Amino acid sequence: MNDIGLFHFLFISCALFFIGVFGFLTRRNLITMLMSVELILNSVNINLVAFNKFLFPDKLDGLFFTLFIITIAAAEAAVAIAIIINLYRNYKSIDVEQTDTMKY
Amino acid sequence: MLGTSLIILIPFLPIISFLLISLVGRKNFPSFCGVLGTLSVLGSFVLSATVAYDYFFVVGKVGDAYQQMVPLKINWLQFAPNVSIDLGIMLDPISVMMLVVVTLVSLMVHFYSLGYMKGEERYATFYSYLGLFTFSMLGLVLSSNIFQIYMFWELVGVSSYLLIGYYFEKPSAVSAAKKAFIVTRFADLGFLIGILILSYYSGTLDFQTMIQRLTMQTNELHTITAASFMGASALAWGLVLVFIGGAGKSAMFPLHIWLPDAMEGPTPVSALIHAATMVVAGVFLVARLFPVFSGCPAALDIVMWVGVSSSLIAAIIACTQTDIKRVLAYSTMSQIGYMMFSLGTARYGGENGLGYMASMFHLFTHAMFKALLFLGAGSVIHYVHSNEMKDMGGLRKLMPVTHFTFLIACLAIAGIPPFAGFFSKEEILQSAYHANKVIFGLAILTAAITAFYMFRLYFNIFWNKPLPHKESAHDAHGAADAHDAHHGEGPATMLIPLVILGLLSVAVGFIPFNRLVTSDGKALATEFHMTFSIAPVLLATLGIFIALAFYKKESAVPQKMADSLSALYRGSYNKFYIDEIYLFVTKKILFPFVGRPAAWFDRNVVDGFMNMLASVTAHISALIKGLQSGKVQQYAAYFFAGAVGFVLIFIYWWT
Amino acid sequence: MINLSILLLIPLATALLVLICSTAAQIRMVALLGSVAQLGYSSLIMLDYMSQRAAGNKAQMLYESRHSWFSSLNIEYYVGADGISVAMIMLTAVVVMTGILISWNVEKMAKEFFFLIVLLSLGAYGFFISLDLFTMFFFLEVAVIPKFLLIGIWGSGKKEYSAMKLALMLMGGSALVLIGFLFLYFNTNTGSGAHTFDLLKIVQMHIPVAAQQFIFPLMFVGFGVFTAMFPFHTWAPDGHSSAPTAASMFLAGISMKLGGYGCLRVAAYLMPEAAHQYSWVIILLSTIAIIYGAFATLMQTDLKYINAYSSVSHCGFVIFGIGMLTKTAITGAVLQMVSHGLMTALFFAAIGMIYERTHTRQVAQLGGLLKAIPFIITVFVIAGLCSLGLPGLSGFVAEMTVFVGAWQHPDTFYRTATVLACASIVVTAVYILRAVGASGMGPVKNDEFLKFSDASWNEKLASVALLICILAIGIAPFWLNNLVSPDTQLIMDNITRVVGVN
Repeated sequence: MNDIGLFHFLFISCALFFIGVFGFLTRRNLITMLMSVELILNSVNINLVAFNKFLFPDKLDGLFFTLFIITIAAAEAAVAIAIIINLYRNYKSIDVEQTDTMKY
Repeated sequence: MLGTSLIILIPFLPIISFLLISLVGRKNFPSFCGVLGTLSVLGSFVLSATVAYDYFFVVGKVGDAYQQMVPLKINWLQFAPNVSIDLGIMLDPISVMMLVVVTLVSLMVHFYSLGYMKGEERYATFYSYLGLFTFSMLGLVLSSNIFQIYMFWELVGVSSYLLIGYYFEKPSAVSAAKKAFIVTRFADLGFLIGILILSYYSGTLDFQTMIQRLTMQTNELHTITAASFMGASALAWGLVLVFIGGAGKSAMFPLHIWLPDAMEGPTPVSALIHAATMVVAGVFLVARLFPVFSGCPAALDIVMWVGVSSSLIAAIIACTQTDIKRVLAYSTMSQIGYMMFSLGTARYGGENGLGYMASMFHLFTHAMFKALLFLGAGSVIHYVHSNEMKDMGGLRKLMPVTHFTFLIACLAIAGIPPFAGFFSKEEILQSAYHANKVIFGLAILTAAITAFYMFRLYFNIFWNKPLPHKESAHDAHGAADAHDAHHGEGPATMLIPLVILGLLSVAVGFIPFNRLVTSDGKALATEFHMTFSIAPVLLATLGIFIALAFYKKESAVPQKMADSLSALYRGSYNKFYIDEIYLFVTKKILFPFVGRPAAWFDRNVVDGFMNMLASVTAHISALIKGLQSGKVQQYAAYFFAGAVGFVLIFIYWWT
Repeated sequence: MINLSILLLIPLATALLVLICSTAAQIRMVALLGSVAQLGYSSLIMLDYMSQRAAGNKAQMLYESRHSWFSSLNIEYYVGADGISVAMIMLTAVVVMTGILISWNVEKMAKEFFFLIVLLSLGAYGFFISLDLFTMFFFLEVAVIPKFLLIGIWGSGKKEYSAMKLALMLMGGSALVLIGFLFLYFNTNTGSGAHTFDLLKIVQMHIPVAAQQFIFPLMFVGFGVFTAMFPFHTWAPDGHSSAPTAASMFLAGISMKLGGYGCLRVAAYLMPEAAHQYSWVIILLSTIAIIYGAFATLMQTDLKYINAYSSVSHCGFVIFGIGMLTKTAITGAVLQMVSHGLMTALFFAAIGMIYERTHTRQVAQLGGLLKAIPFIITVFVIAGLCSLGLPGLSGFVAEMTVFVGAWQHPDTFYRTATVLACASIVVTAVYILRAVGASGMGPVKNDEFLKFSDASWNEKLASVALLICILAIGIAPFWLNNLVSPDTQLIMDNITRVVGVN
């Protein structure tokens, strides 16, 4: 009863995920949105690690995936920040509302 | 007999001159072009005369009848196994006679124009057009194939268009040319459909074969008479439609409206095209198909009534016109009406063919004296620089040659013996007398009116006013006509044709046409009834005397007459408002009620539908493109909603 | 030895050479030389074709050559020529050469201009020699897209609108053609269950009548759009009037013939039963086009619109002749394609020359030009006379063949249509003479006109080349007739084989 089970991990990751989604959809600042994306990714990481630990304790696939995602997230953050800086140079703003010129 | 290659030269000499002048001569030797054209036509005339002599007196007659000869036939366009346009040469009495008429009048006109058109800016062009016309007309009369005649028919039309529109800077000339072309084109539509009908049933386009198949008791004849449309046989339809084409070219009522306007062309052109040659093409066409017409009395009746009514209407209108060329134009129409109804009264073969012979005879004599009249009028216009009668008068002393030859022509057209018109008119009246008494009455009435209006013209030009108003004419024109300041006559080139045609107008009446040109090629015995001639000659003389009384001196009598017959006078003066009716139909009905709606329909309905398709597409796209707002967060929300949606579907509905 | 693929290689090489040239003078010289070479080769093909036929070669198609293109779908590059194709190739060669001569003074983006013109001609040649439906469609598309650019960039007036309209409508037409081709393809069977695009093989097969009834309208409408068949003609007036002169010449002279050729070679030839069943619709639409196009022309005031609408009327004769389904009428349709191609190219060339000098095409603003620019106006008048069917010029021959052929159809409905079609020649005379009279004759409207220089050497050369062709057909039609009539006979035989004689 006192053990921390799979359910607790899933609860945490689910909460993180929705916090990330909420942040991504509502915040106007691109940096904050990037941070929200990181939250979403990390929630997935927690999921993977937890499922690995509880369902297939003798395998390491989940951990590998997590490592991949962390790497990709790092790369993605670098690219995203580069884009954001370029946007800032052009628009003098990192408000997402103002970056809609690529429609149609 | 002349070789075929020489016969081919008859039409080809003028076209060679046309090509030479228009491609080379116009630029390089413009002043020589007139002589070049004249020489080419002279060559054609000499050849034609030789052909005529050979045909009529050496080789044409086999047994007791003149034969049709086809010395040349080239397959030009094959439509179907037996249906083809062949360009060929057909010699028979009427085509040989027409050869002589066309080349002779054309030669006279070419010669006359050397003086008349001298100094014109487009002198060379004028001669090239004349060459084109002469070629087309010769091709027309020599045709051996009904489509060939249609082709040359159109070519004649276009050369007439070019010549009427010769003074192309004058809007009236341009519109007259256009009118002539379009009215005759309209008639040609009938001709074309007629050709289609006749050729479909006879299975050929060749004249000889067609005539043979549609006159002998053949299958073709049976099917064409059996097939009927709206109560008339296909044969009747075909012939009447062909006749409509002929009526258009020959300016028969009610398709005559182009002829008076066509007088906008230079006067020698009027003499050549609108008096002696092109306008008789319709008569020639009916004569060419005469054996077929003869088998269909209904069609010939139409020819007869159209002819006689044109003849009478034109004569009445001619009495009140004041433009001397228009008087002559209406008189042409009236005389061609004579030829037409004369054909209508005839039937193929033997004694019945009198009207046919008379018609051809009148065609021949008319060509001579009408060309003379026009050339004479040309001389007068050349001197006076006006077409209006009121500017003329008393010219007999100033222009003795013109005066004398004009008088001969007037006597000839009025039918006074022994001038040419008398003989041919007598034959026509005899034929009419035997066929239909009403026609005869109308014809003889027309003859009297003809005498009256011709002498009205004659007296108005050469007598009437006491003093020749040479001074006023010269004041108006100054140095422009200095070359004829001292005499009224033009140069010798203009006088010689007048004299030649004047002599011919006396002489040609004595040609024994009854032995040369008849419906079946056999000689036709005609008797000369002195008693029959008395009435027409007396009536004509009466017409002349009325004209003499009215117009020899200036008097108020004509005006009083006009006032007392005011309705008739006004109707006649305004040409019975036929032009206005046409204008009303085209300008007030055809253009606003067919043309404009068609254009409107096209812009607004057909094109509107296409534009509507385009704008509907654009609208739908405008609605949809709102989804692509460019706002990243919206996209993410859609994405998320979609993912949730799929999750729900997979969880609740899929299992 | 003739190889038809050279017809495609010459324009291709010309187009590539144009791309590497640098000055405008070089570019147009290369383009001209290329088109002259093409004309020479086309003439060689025609002469060789005639001599082979005269020597008794009875093969349906000469110079066949085939290469597999996409073998799993049986798509082949398969070309060959019969008399009709040879006539169309000659027409294309003449019109393209004269078009390049007329656009001698194009300075704006000359490289692109001549490249596109040559590319267009490549599409047309390919279309006329293809015997594989897929290849045919491929070349049809090649002949559409450059027009959009030509009008949109070098055009005049509301050129964007016209270019868009033309491209969209023609694309719509070719989409229908493609659907038709695909349906046809899936209705073929080469025996082993495979399908084929091979035109000559499809003729031998029997396409089910139910399928034909569905495919035929698709294809006929699709190709009909190209021929400006009523009611799909509205691209023509706007497109022609906005296009630069050479593009107008190409558009009316060749592009509209692509449709006529397609209707004949593909629709009527491959699906005779459907052609027979639908012939009354075809006749109805084409008669409307003839009459209505003529009356709509009467009301136009812009010279190019006049010729564009009259093209609608004249191309109606092409469809009309095909729809009549008699051998003579179909021959007439082919003659009309050639004749109209030459005549309308000459007409547009003359209008272009007038426009280049006066900068207006409004009839009301012109007048008396015969005095100022006699050569150009003479050309204009002759083109007009050809349009109204004067004997001695090509229009007469073609129209009369159509009429005589049409009259052989004995049904009253068809006869009435023929009479109406004949009546259009009167209306044609009216609008042509109005245009000629108002622009060329009458008093000189504007003294500026008298300062114009008459045609330059390139304009004269182009006009004379077209005039010679028109006269050659008009004066001696038998050679063209002999060239095409064995093949129209073949098409007709295929129709009578399945539906009997009407």
